[in-house]
Amino acid sequence: MLQRPGLSFEHMAGYTWREASAMAADVLTVKDKAAIVGLGETKYYKRGGAPVSEFRLACEAIMKAAQDAGIPVSQIDGLASYADDRNEPIRMASALGLSELHLSNIFWSGGGGGVAGAVGNAAAAVAAGYARYVCVYRALAQGQFYRFGAAPAPKSVTGNAMYTLPFGMGTAAQMIALRTRRFMHEHNVRQDALAAVAMASYHHAQFNPRAVMYGRPLTREQYDNSRWIVEPFHLYDCCMENDGAAAVIVTSAERARDMPHKPAYIMASAQGSGFRQGASVHNAPDYGTANFGTLAPRLYEMAGIKPADVDVVQSYENFTGAVVMSLVEHGFCAPEETNDFCCFENLTWPGGKLPINTSGGNLAECYVHGMELVVEAARQVRGTSTCQVRDCEISMVIAGPAVPLVSDLLLHA
Amino acid sequence: MASENRYCLPAGMPMPDPARSASFHHGFWEAARRHELAVQRCRSCATFQFGPEEICYKCHGFDLGWEQVAPRGKIYSWERIWHPSFPALKEACPYLVVLVELPHAGGVRMIGNLIGDQRRDPPIDGAVEAVFEDHDEGFTLVQWRLEK
Repeated sequence: MLQRPGLSFEHMAGYTWREASAMAADVLTVKDKAAIVGLGETKYYKRGGAPVSEFRLACEAIMKAAQDAGIPVSQIDGLASYADDRNEPIRMASALGLSELHLSNIFWSGGGGGVAGAVGNAAAAVAAGYARYVCVYRALAQGQFYRFGAAPAPKSVTGNAMYTLPFGMGTAAQMIALRTRRFMHEHNVRQDALAAVAMASYHHAQFNPRAVMYGRPLTREQYDNSRWIVEPFHLYDCCMENDGAAAVIVTSAERARDMPHKPAYIMASAQGSGFRQGASVHNAPDYGTANFGTLAPRLYEMAGIKPADVDVVQSYENFTGAVVMSLVEHGFCAPEETNDFCCFENLTWPGGKLPINTSGGNLAECYVHGMELVVEAARQVRGTSTCQVRDCEISMVIAGPAVPLVSDLLLHA
Repeated sequence: MASENRYCLPAGMPMPDPARSASFHHGFWEAARRHELAVQRCRSCATFQFGPEEICYKCHGFDLGWEQVAPRGKIYSWERIWHPSFPALKEACPYLVVLVELPHAGGVRMIGNLIGDQRRDPPIDGAVEAVFEDHDEGFTLVQWRLEK
């Protein structure tokens, strides 16, 4: 097994992030070669609330992203998604009349762990010269298909499912609760840390008219009194199920300079998994974690920055416990500091040390499988968030925590 | 356990079907039927692995067998499930799921239900023993209870 250096940033002391970043070896990186230049979102709905099909939501998000980038839809020549998106690139390309398709790409695995990696793949394609304008998109209308929160209930099961489903163990919440409980045990983490993440997302959604939970604030009392789904997760620790779509346009850094909006340059992206994280029946050796042990050092190394340089984080909330673990693994606090660091004051705009999920995210804006988090991360760099972090220069997306395949993205102004 | 409460969870749960699964799964279920706990083990390098796989992750050998191990372990993590994700579970919540580590078998882990008071928090690292839950349909589930 390759031993990564872990998070150590002594060599950067005394330098600004721009100086440190310039000194970082940029062989083998996509650093500063591509940028997000167009953002598109549909209206966000409660599950079952979309009046149009999921495919049409995908079309609308892509068209809006192209319009925002100031390019005709037909100029999009690459399409990338993740999580087994049902709206295949070849159908999208034909339906939207794309002149040519140079890239049809999907990040494997069914979870939200692919969202940052899908943008990373788009950036790589642009940097390698495969395509000029890659649209990364995700459309998800859970009201029109199956619910992610439900477990499959077949009469009989084969293979690895035999070791979990007969014991009533099979939903995403049930899988990640076990990892979270182990993490809480190892580091004496209290429920308050999880509550702070939920409260932060709901707080930020109150400033965001697009958010499904806009106008529906969450108090700590409501959180505590909400029903358990699976301990240690209350109802409000779990993401929503929604209908919506979102998309971004990725192009080269050179082209980005002449486009209508301030580019969000792709500083680094990491994707993958640690040693045997996909070992079945919960046999991943590094278990009480969100699976960023090998990715986070790689991400910072590629960008040439340290955690303290990051101004704002969008951390995929499948479940709050996984967000807490992610923040620790990305070096924002040591494991033993979790209870102190993960509090409402630190995680919220405008005064917090590290505002997270500033649009409301998967918990309170809309569960577009995390694609809405990428849009918000780029918006923070542009300076147009409804919870705009002052002088925001570096914006992070953490995707899919505590699932076997995860990814990260760093953007800068 | 009393006969009216023979199973941890109600009837109607998905049933394991080893016969329709790949052959490298069979050893576990055959052993459980005999009230024995078995873990897959590489015949070349003696590495334990679970869930079972077609190849040994350590030495890449394909010659894998099943080793009978002491039916004991310790609780590595646990959860109490309140939301019934299967129709059959509507009346059965809350129920406990435990992740049990087998230190004497390479530290592999298994999922099961914990027998006993479902409202009491199980101790992490608490010692547990396997309980073999025979089902009339011809399979046996490995469940767990705290050692006295």
